[in-house]
Amino acid sequence: MDKKRRDFLKIAGVTTLAGLGGTTVVDRLVSGSSPVQARAAQEVDPAEHGAGEQTAAAGHGEEVVKSGNRLGMVVDLRKFREHPELLEKVRQACHAEHNVPDFPNKKDVIKWIWPTGFENAFPEHSTYHLNESSEDNKVPVFCNHCDSPPCVKACPTRATFKNKDGIVAMDYHRCIGCRFCMAACPYGMRSFNWRDPRAGLDMNNINRRFPTRMRGVVEKCNFCAERVGLGEQPKCVEVCGETKAMIFGNLNDPESEIRKVLKENFTIQRKPSAGTHPSVFYIV
Amino acid sequence: MFEKALKGNNYYWMWLAFLGTFIGIAAICYVRQFNYGLGLTGMSRDVSWGLYISQFTFLVGVAAGGVMVVLPYYIHNYKEFAKITILGEFLAIAALLMCLSFIVVDLGQPMRMLNVIFHAQPKSMLFYDMLVLNGYLFLNIICGWVILTSERKEVPPPKWIYFFVYLSIPFAVSIHTVTAMLYCGLPGRHFWLSAIVAPRFLASAFAAGPAFIVVAALILKRVSHFDAGKKAIDKLVTIIIYAALVNVFFVGLEFFVGYYSNMPGHIATLQYLFFGLEHNGHMYNNLVPFMWGFVVLFIIGITLLSIPYTRRHNDFWLGAGAAAIFISFWLDKGVGFVLGGFVPTPLEEVVEYYPTANEIFITIGVWAMGFFVLTVLYKIAIGVEQEIE
Amino acid sequence: MYDSGKIIPGLIIFVLFITFPIWYNHGDAGAVPQPELPKNVKECVLPITEMRSDHMQLLNEWRDIVLRTGDRSFDVKIGDKMYQKSLMNTCMECHTSKKKFCDTCHTYASVKPYCWDCHLAPVE
Ligand code: SF4
Ligand code: SF4
Ligand code: SF4
Repeated sequence: MDKKRRDFLKIAGVTTLAGLGGTTVVDRLVSGSSPVQARAAQEVDPAEHGAGEQTAAAGHGEEVVKSGNRLGMVVDLRKFREHPELLEKVRQACHAEHNVPDFPNKKDVIKWIWPTGFENAFPEHSTYHLNESSEDNKVPVFCNHCDSPPCVKACPTRATFKNKDGIVAMDYHRCIGCRFCMAACPYGMRSFNWRDPRAGLDMNNINRRFPTRMRGVVEKCNFCAERVGLGEQPKCVEVCGETKAMIFGNLNDPESEIRKVLKENFTIQRKPSAGTHPSVFYIV
Repeated sequence: MFEKALKGNNYYWMWLAFLGTFIGIAAICYVRQFNYGLGLTGMSRDVSWGLYISQFTFLVGVAAGGVMVVLPYYIHNYKEFAKITILGEFLAIAALLMCLSFIVVDLGQPMRMLNVIFHAQPKSMLFYDMLVLNGYLFLNIICGWVILTSERKEVPPPKWIYFFVYLSIPFAVSIHTVTAMLYCGLPGRHFWLSAIVAPRFLASAFAAGPAFIVVAALILKRVSHFDAGKKAIDKLVTIIIYAALVNVFFVGLEFFVGYYSNMPGHIATLQYLFFGLEHNGHMYNNLVPFMWGFVVLFIIGITLLSIPYTRRHNDFWLGAGAAAIFISFWLDKGVGFVLGGFVPTPLEEVVEYYPTANEIFITIGVWAMGFFVLTVLYKIAIGVEQEIE
Repeated sequence: MYDSGKIIPGLIIFVLFITFPIWYNHGDAGAVPQPELPKNVKECVLPITEMRSDHMQLLNEWRDIVLRTGDRSFDVKIGDKMYQKSLMNTCMECHTSKKKFCDTCHTYASVKPYCWDCHLAPVE
């Protein structure tokens, strides 16, 4: 009850202010802090579900300090050519881990990571005659966790946001399903739950440690935030294991393995011209 | 003043009942969609916006177009428009209600709609769109209502209302500019990523809005005794002609940039829309008839509006010309622009979109709701006019 | 003009109508729900009374901390064990039956939290 009344006051207050003072006011009010902090808050999204009222609670309404990390991935396509079965294994492992439904109808499809042709993944790199290796082999594509993500900018509710480690994450509790982020992603990496996703899952055989989604929200690869947060590797990287077909790490740490790999190999990113600074790199 | 809407002849009631039927059907279809999810539409992960958002985009234009009668009257003191400004303002109200409904029916989680305010993201163009659309709706409601009330009392409108009237003019421009920015701010969608989208939207709006008003005024002349005046209509037609030509000129510029520069990204969508796009040995062309419909209706419309005989001496041809322009620009913006932008997909594939029956009925129902509101509002406006005569 | 003959009965009907739920249940609020508590654990994250009134706020806070700041540390102390902030992986570890625990009160209070649209209840 109380919560509702507060919500009401909040709507009333915010709409009035929005009408009067424009967006700065709203921004400050929503992040419940000084202008300086509010600006910081735009960089990394703070825990601001109803911040302001609940500041008393531990850890609430506090600004999140950017960790300085930028998590990224290197995909070594040479290794995927050596192990042709690996890609499908990776896809299945990711989808099983995250309870991604499997819908036969093309209209309902949801996917987080999947194989596509070289020319589809890298339209800017197409050549007159593809060499055999790129022609027959598929490229795994998944969210690039862009450093300047257009999907985050587009999202009107901050349901899509960049967390302190540079992961472009989704808050499914908040998504209104406007699909503006899907139009904004230059890579087509986002899927929408057109219907109840549980209809496409074998409910007796799902990962009970990770939730499903509900209909009407957008989803995509989350860089395994739930695993990385516990110090584990993303599922796909784990599945690749010793093949080292996928390497995960902090791009901002000069000592990290991923930096070493980037230094030693020529890598490309998908559609660099979109200006999104993808954090996923490919070795062709 | 609402009592004016409660007195009408049989045709009036039959028309409202006719619209009501479609609203009812749409309500049932919406309940189905609400319970199942947007999977009942033809949209997919590749074409993630469909009829709803394309209608929204077009109708924002219709709402903004109303300013083309408000501006000459209030800024240039063009007295001939005295009677039709109210038509423009009420048209804006009805169009905006349709816009907002289209947004709501398009949401996957409509119950959480207010998150746009609770968790406002000032970097998102959708946030500004919400502000300006609601602002413009509010402005038109007060301006229309206050001015009509004072007309009825036969006193000059209060001074303060002019503040809102003048404010509504930049707002009209802003609603369509911000709506254009929803599209032209997206990297990686070549067809939308064009600086001319906003001017093009405005030009098409300033033709489609007045075209609707002309048709409405001609109909009102037949079914009631409301006469907008020959001079006013003639002026509106001039506005329509210029705006329509500018719009088509802008479309032509897109063609030049695409085909002369020969940039694949710029050509692909135009090719798909007007000629069909071949991909992996399959021809994709389901929007081609609509786009040629746009061209043909534009030529018919502009001809009828330009030839002095059809323009000035025959209401039927004049109405047909204005209607042709309206429908033509609906095909351009309400069908082609939004749906075409999704082809090719970011992964260089072609996926075509076919709306489902459920979706089409909801779309029709929202339009019917708009016409319903418009009819009632126009009825009130005319009732007031007749009362003071 | 004012038809008092209609106003009074109208008012009576209105009052009866809005108080319908009360007299329909004969002023009785129904049996108080008895959620089944875990057998072998005595403590919860917060004292029982606080949990009873504020568990939804607590869950909201956890959600925000875990999801939005990405802090997934095991910093919830129950008894002498540390737990993660998680509905599925912490709460439901002890409260192994959603039906006998969550639903008893929620049904009684007629609230329908949407947690379970996505989160998975333990298999029963
Ligand atoms: S790849 Fe797409 S969804 Fe992922 S961060 Fe970049 S823009 Fe967003
Ligand atoms: S669909 Fe959800 S995540 Fe995407 S922009 Fe809308 S609210 Fe944000
Ligand atoms: S990082 Fe995790 S979520 Fe993303 S593709 Fe790999 S396994 Fe899937």
